[in-house]
Parts: sequence; structure tokens; C-alpha cells
Amino acid sequence: MNIYVLLKKTFDTEEAISVSGNQIDESGAEFIINPYDEYAVEEAIQQRDKHGGTVTVVTIGDEDSEKQLRTALAMGADDAVLINTSDDLDEGDQFTTAKILEAFFEGKEVDLILAGNVAIDEASGQVGPRLAERLNMPFITTIVKLDMEDGMVKIDKDVEGDLEKIEVSLPVLVTCQQGLNEPRYTSLPGIMKAKKKPLEQLELDDLDLDEDDVKAKTATISIFLPPKKQAGRMLVGETGEQVKELVGLLSSEAKVI
Amino acid sequence: MNEKILVIGELQHGVLRKVSYETIAAAKQLNENAEILALVLGDGDLQQPAEEMIHYGANRVITVSHANLSNYTSEGYGQVIMEVMQDEKPSGMIMGHTAVGKDVTPKIASRLELGLISDAVAIEKENGQVIFTRPIYSGKAFEKKVMKNDGLLFATIRPNNISALEPDASRTGDITAKEVDVKDLRTIVKEVVRKKTEGVDLSEAKIVIAGGRGVKSAEGFNALYELADLLGGAVGASRGACDADYCDYSLQIGQTGKVVTPDLYIAVGISGAIQHMAGMSNSKVIVAINSDEEANIFKMADYGIVGDLFEVLPLFIEELKLQGALVS
Repeated sequence: MNIYVLLKKTFDTEEAISVSGNQIDESGAEFIINPYDEYAVEEAIQQRDKHGGTVTVVTIGDEDSEKQLRTALAMGADDAVLINTSDDLDEGDQFTTAKILEAFFEGKEVDLILAGNVAIDEASGQVGPRLAERLNMPFITTIVKLDMEDGMVKIDKDVEGDLEKIEVSLPVLVTCQQGLNEPRYTSLPGIMKAKKKPLEQLELDDLDLDEDDVKAKTATISIFLPPKKQAGRMLVGETGEQVKELVGLLSSEAKVI
Repeated sequence: MNEKILVIGELQHGVLRKVSYETIAAAKQLNENAEILALVLGDGDLQQPAEEMIHYGANRVITVSHANLSNYTSEGYGQVIMEVMQDEKPSGMIMGHTAVGKDVTPKIASRLELGLISDAVAIEKENGQVIFTRPIYSGKAFEKKVMKNDGLLFATIRPNNISALEPDASRTGDITAKEVDVKDLRTIVKEVVRKKTEGVDLSEAKIVIAGGRGVKSAEGFNALYELADLLGGAVGASRGACDADYCDYSLQIGQTGKVVTPDLYIAVGISGAIQHMAGMSNSKVIVAINSDEEANIFKMADYGIVGDLFEVLPLFIEELKLQGALVS
């Protein structure tokens, strides 16, 4: 089985966000594998261990993205591909990303592609479905269970809390939701091994693409922080009194009940 | 009215989701003079939801009913929406940023090589250009986005952020049933298991009662459900509570999990980790109930009560009943 994982690096969820010059300030920030992509890496490894084959992790990024790829390799992925666009692209959007990935997958034998259902930074959730459509492949988003047998895939899909039981045949692209699995931690031997695993670096040229082919359809014109919240009001007195006051405030002052 | 904007009336278990009405208001914000054309898809009689879309401001409705639309699939919905787009050539299209909207819009955008702005919370116009505001980093920041060329204004909107117009039951409009042969589905929905309790959808709820580790057990959540019922709200949870198995992951609010923006957010036994705050900080009014007066959540709260939640919640419920201060 040829299993591919789409991976994005994101800010650590612990990071506070600051903006300078209309951009998110990345200086000194810790980057991690997008948490939803971690489920994808874990699932890919588990499926490979069951059904055989290889797991290839693909990311679009800059040279620093190697770190997250090495982490995925240390978890157990077999090889990794870094499509480095830092010299070619100043800006891109989900159209750009899907277009680059489409070119990457052209001519490849693919059985299963896994991705996170959303990246916690831009959070559009578009790239997986966009890519599947370009590859003329069915896709299922927000999966919480995946079973494969003889080319048939049985999937549990989370639909805002309800579950859909879905059947589809390979090849298919799925995006992963929390609850699918528990991503493993990397072990020291895993990390050592990962250093020797193949990591291919590509640029747009290698994919026969130029800047114009992948030109973004949308543009960000500004980035800003939400207004700071005013300090709130701590209620005082007997608990019963506080509750009475709260109910009063919610209905008369805040007018929300 | 030459220009038209297509909006999708999304049915959930046979009933229109509230965000469907909000798409009509959003469409008016794109172009107040455009014809608002609503598409309602499903399996069965769609007359009533079609009429509701008109009451909420749609000028015209197309309904498509087909056995293959009884459950949502991206392929089924995608075929129908794209066929209607081809026939009608709208200048804009708005759908709710729901499980269905998130799933089908990128498929359409990809097929038609369009830009798509997902999860918009506000729409404004400046010198004729439409600007969409959307949260990034789970609401830790926001960005303003525009379409780069004159292509379709294509966006999904987050529920609860763009107010629906006042419904007017005397409004009338043309409702046409369209035949579309929905076929060649590669994905089959075998079964839908409804795990959600009846009641208000978390992402669309005006009031959210969320519990954390402090709630201590699954049974502890019963008081939250009672309060939610009383207020017409929905129950949510912190990651801690979900990890501890007090409730299902589908209730999780935070940087992983759902981002909610209700009018009233009541955080019960939640300490307020930065990841959780990202999921609820843009709520209009925040109440925190926690026994630890140093808890981070109080920094974000409009009103705070330091106390034992198992003492506070029953009193809260009792007081609400007493005052009859109930919202439907």
C-alpha cells in the first residue's frame, strides 16, 4: 500500500499570538506538527503495520519544516518529502497548496492519503478536499475510525457529534478528527533512525510548476488581534447572594438571559 | 436585479439549520441589490424549508429532492450545487461553515478553480470591494481577506456571527423544484448514528455551558445539562474533561475542538488554559465559576464567582426557576 500523509507545521498551541507589521510575529515561536496531522501520521503508521506498504509524509514549507518531517519519520513514517517554496512564493492560499500537491501526486500510485481535518493556524480545512477533487478521488473528512479490507474502506465520520458509517473503495483521501487514535511519542531509537531515513527536497521547478500556475485566488489584506477584554467583575458575598446577583446581572445588565 | 447570489439552505434531520437564514443576511451584505437565490437540497417534500428561506429574505428558491440526497455526501451535494451554479451563474455564493459546508465548498472551489474564504465572521464593503473577516489561530487573531480577481465571491460563514434578517411570513417568492439526476456516488453512507442529545447545536447555540476537570465526573455534567435545558443552551467541555472521559470529544471547545461564539458562555470548573480560551474568548459575555480564585479563566470573564460548582449550580438553577427568567 502506498500511503501518503499531508503535513503542515503550525505554531505550538501554547503560543500567544502577536502581530507586527500586519503579519503574525513568528520570531522565537515554537513550531509543532499540526495536531490534527499527528493523528494522520499515527493512523498511516498503524494501517501500514496492518496492511504493509510505505508511509510517505509530504509537506509544503521552508527549510525549517524538516524538523516536523523528522518527527514524523521518528514516529515511524518511511520517507518524507519537503516541497520548499520559500524561494518561489511570497504568498499562497489553499488553491496554491492544492495545486502544488496535485502536481506532486501526478503519475504516482496512491492508495490512501491522510491529512488533518483542519490546521489550527489558518483553519480553512480546504486543502484535503481540494486535492482529492483535483486527483478525482473520493474524500471523507473528520474521520474517527478507519478499517480496510480487500480494497474496501469502512469509515466512521464525525458529523458535529453524530457518527456516519461510510463505505468507500480505495483510493481515497481522508482527513482526521480527534478521537481517531492516540499519536505515539517519538522514542530515542526512533529519532536516531529518522536521521537516516530518506528526505527528498523539491522546489516548484521540479514539479514543472511556475509561480503563475499556483497564483493565489485570495489575498490577506490585514491581520489584527481581537480587542483586549476589560477586567471582569468578581462577585462577592454568600454564594446564594452571588448567584442571585449573577442572574440579575445577566438579565438586566448583560441582557443575555 | 441582474446579479444574483446563491445561498444554501442546509437541512439537518429535516429541519433548516439556523445558519441557513444567516447566509441570506450575508448575501445581502455582499450586494444588497442582488437577487438572493436559495437552494434547498434533500429527500422528500422541501416546500416548507423553501418557504422559510423566503420568509427570511430569499427572493427565489430552487429545491432539489432526490433519494441520493437523503444523507449528505460531497459528491451528491457537489453535483447539485455545481449544476445550479452553471445554470444560474451567480456572482456570489454563501454557505454555513458547518460539517456539510466545510466539506462540500472546497470540492466545488477546487473543481471550478475558485478562491474560497472559509469561516467568515463579518463581511464589509470598502470602495466596492467585499472584505471578509475570519478568525485565525482559533480566534487568537483575525485576518481580513479579499478575492484577488473578479471571480465568484465564495465564502462560508461561521454560525451565530452574522445576524439573520427578521422573518416575515407574508413574503412570497418563486419556488421551483428542479430535477437533478444525482448519480455515480463513490461514497455510501450506510448508517447515521445519532449520538448527540436532542436540543441545541453547540456551534449554533446562543448560550453555552462548558465544564472542565473541576466537574469531576460524567455524572457531574448532569447539572450542566439541566442548566443548559433551562436556558435553551448547549453543553460544551474543555479538553481536560474530554480526556478524562466525562464527555464526548464532540463537545470539546478550544484550539483543537470547536470554536464557539455564543452570547453567553458559562465556564464551570474550567481553569482556562490558553488552548481552551482560544475556543471561546470571542463569546459576548463570559461567566466563570471556579473554586480557585487564581484560575486563569477569571481574567477573561465578565462575571466571576469563586465557589464550589456543586453548590453554585443548584442555586443557579433554583434562582432561574424562581425568576422564570427563561429564554426559549
